[in-house]
Amino acid sequence: MSLVSLPLLQQFLLVLAALVLFTSFVLLSQARLVSAIHAFAWQGGLVAAVTGVVAVAGSSGHLYFSALLTLVLKAALIPWMLHRLIRRLELERHVESLRWPAIVNMVAVILVIFSYWLVLPMVQQELAFTRNIVAISLAVVLIGLWMMVVRQQAVAQVLGFMSMENGLFLAAVSATAGMPLVVELGVAFDVLVAMVLFGVFFFQIRQSIDSLDVDRLNRLTETVDEEADLEFSAAPRRPHTVTARPAAVEEAE
Amino acid sequence: MTALLITLLAPVFGAFALAVVRPLRVAGWLNVAVSSVTFAATAVLAWAVAATDEIAGFSFRVDAFNVYLVVLTAFVGLTTSIFSRPYMRHVCETGMTTERGMRIYHAMYQAFMFTMLLALTTDNLGVLWVAVEGATLATVLLVSLYRTPEAVEAAWKYFVLCGVGIALALFGTVLTYFAAQQVIADPAEGLTWSILFQQASALEPSVMGLAFVFLLVGYGTKVGLVPMHQWLPDAHSEGPTPMSAVLSGLLLNVALYAVVRLKMLVDGSLATTASPHMAGQLLMGFGLLSFLVAGLFLHRQRDIKRMFSYSSIEHMGLMTFAFGLGGPLATFGALLHMLVHSLTKSAIFITVGHAAHIAGTQTIDRIRGLIRTQPAVGWSLLLGVAAIAGFPPFGVFTSEFLLLTATMQVQPWLTVALLSGLVIAFAGLFRHLHPMVYGPAPEGQLPVAANMLPVLLHLGLVLWLGLAIPSFLAGWLDRATQLITGVHLL
Repeated sequence: MSLVSLPLLQQFLLVLAALVLFTSFVLLSQARLVSAIHAFAWQGGLVAAVTGVVAVAGSSGHLYFSALLTLVLKAALIPWMLHRLIRRLELERHVESLRWPAIVNMVAVILVIFSYWLVLPMVQQELAFTRNIVAISLAVVLIGLWMMVVRQQAVAQVLGFMSMENGLFLAAVSATAGMPLVVELGVAFDVLVAMVLFGVFFFQIRQSIDSLDVDRLNRLTETVDEEADLEFSAAPRRPHTVTARPAAVEEAE
Repeated sequence: MTALLITLLAPVFGAFALAVVRPLRVAGWLNVAVSSVTFAATAVLAWAVAATDEIAGFSFRVDAFNVYLVVLTAFVGLTTSIFSRPYMRHVCETGMTTERGMRIYHAMYQAFMFTMLLALTTDNLGVLWVAVEGATLATVLLVSLYRTPEAVEAAWKYFVLCGVGIALALFGTVLTYFAAQQVIADPAEGLTWSILFQQASALEPSVMGLAFVFLLVGYGTKVGLVPMHQWLPDAHSEGPTPMSAVLSGLLLNVALYAVVRLKMLVDGSLATTASPHMAGQLLMGFGLLSFLVAGLFLHRQRDIKRMFSYSSIEHMGLMTFAFGLGGPLATFGALLHMLVHSLTKSAIFITVGHAAHIAGTQTIDRIRGLIRTQPAVGWSLLLGVAAIAGFPPFGVFTSEFLLLTATMQVQPWLTVALLSGLVIAFAGLFRHLHPMVYGPAPEGQLPVAANMLPVLLHLGLVLWLGLAIPSFLAGWLDRATQLITGVHLL
């Protein structure tokens, strides 16, 4: 704090935040899974850097800790877990290009503009700095959400989910100088457990549909039971007896 | 305070113990025992709160609003554990799940109870978020317990939709914290609800308004509000039946509880602006939409558990609408409705579990003649549905009547929408129910070993609440009403 004047520091933070937003775009249009995971790790590292800078500026002890936590969790542990998972799922060479990359990216740009528009009412009371940071983190959250919509691959969806968490963390750190420690720990714990469960689900999904393309998870719609009934009536039908169906739409209890 | 500690620690202990206990017989009983201890502790807690008005400390806070939900949560948890003991053993015997799956089931059951009780008793909005997210994480493996393609799909949908929703709620929480920092000096207290509530009028309205939109969409996903409801019917229909009972009876309530707590903050903040009722209007809009859409969807269901999950969406919509309407009468009605809906809906799901067991399917078209085959199950289903559809003398009638009266006072023209919604839902339920309970039973359909005690207990309580609300309960609800709206009803 003694060496850097505050406005310069805030500018530096904004540059870092802009880089986080940039990695969001990289993540969104990355076709190769492995590269996407790398982009995600970079994003985590940048969020940790923002936390570190805020910690130096405010010299608050617990922010150092949460910078370290972010670095370990978002830049190392989760990317490593994802790496291991796709190795075990043999998806290292998986390439999935977006169907309409131009449109997808344009929508992401519109989301950024929308985020700025959304925080406009906050103009009177706060400095331009906070407003910018909140808008950027909101944009990161929304692009993560958008990524979950446009990507069909389960691992890519999880990356979108995790980058949403990065955006939230960025907002918490830069706009409010970090949530209370107990909350931060709780959130980190939830994210970690979620990652483990996502891993479990990758295997369950692949076991059930033989692919990780979640677009093919489409059995449960409002009309599913009619299909199931067709399947049932195609089988030799014995009236008034309970036939056990193989697909166990029912709990055969 | 001790009672509160036991309330929270018993499920934690249970979760760890049940994760390692292998024999199924022991695990089932242990689950019941832990749930009984939790329930007993909440009863003591309720007694203490009744004497001192509120218990606060160590960033926990139990007041009139949440204490009755705490007791309700522990009670439904207990009765469902009693039902789940023989039921899940049967499931395990039919090979739907393995011994390892059963350990996960029991451990996660208690972990879920812990997150629910933590979400209700905590005074910290951040911890509330962590607990509600924890509830998703605890139940998501249970939805996919049977490992059928449908179950895995339902669980993935549940995980992703609720994860995204709850992430938006975290953004709202961050914004709330941001607003609080301008007002409250100590940053550690910036998320403490009771302090925020005292300072609510000083919170920056533009930030709080934005925050509430995110919070409502986030927690509203968990409440099952249309159009964020997509996960709910899938998760309810594919998961094990005891899970459906606690999801419908407890999780939705807790999420709504979170929304109402946050609405209280936002109302305070927006009171002096041009749109003081913004939060209430949003709740009314989402609530009414859910209520009407779910009522219509009831008609085209083919799966019995799916049908009742749509009925849950409908009732949650009604409560959300009522909390949005505000005023002491509507709030009192909504609080009562939370109580009777939980009791009735979990009783229905337990009965449905037995009915599906008898028929060997969840498809409505092939569940027939329940009363002929097993009168206890058939009549319970009939009475349960009559209760949930709002027939007198059950408690749901009382609360819905109060809600209608309140609507008539404040927004008379909305009564038309409410009444037609109730009629649509009633028709939707009964057109499916009638052939299921009456009529000849299919040949070879045999009664099953069913423990109807939890159902009788729940329906008995709902009946009691419909005939005469005991004065201590009315007092509780009235104090909660006073807390939320600032005005006594009684």
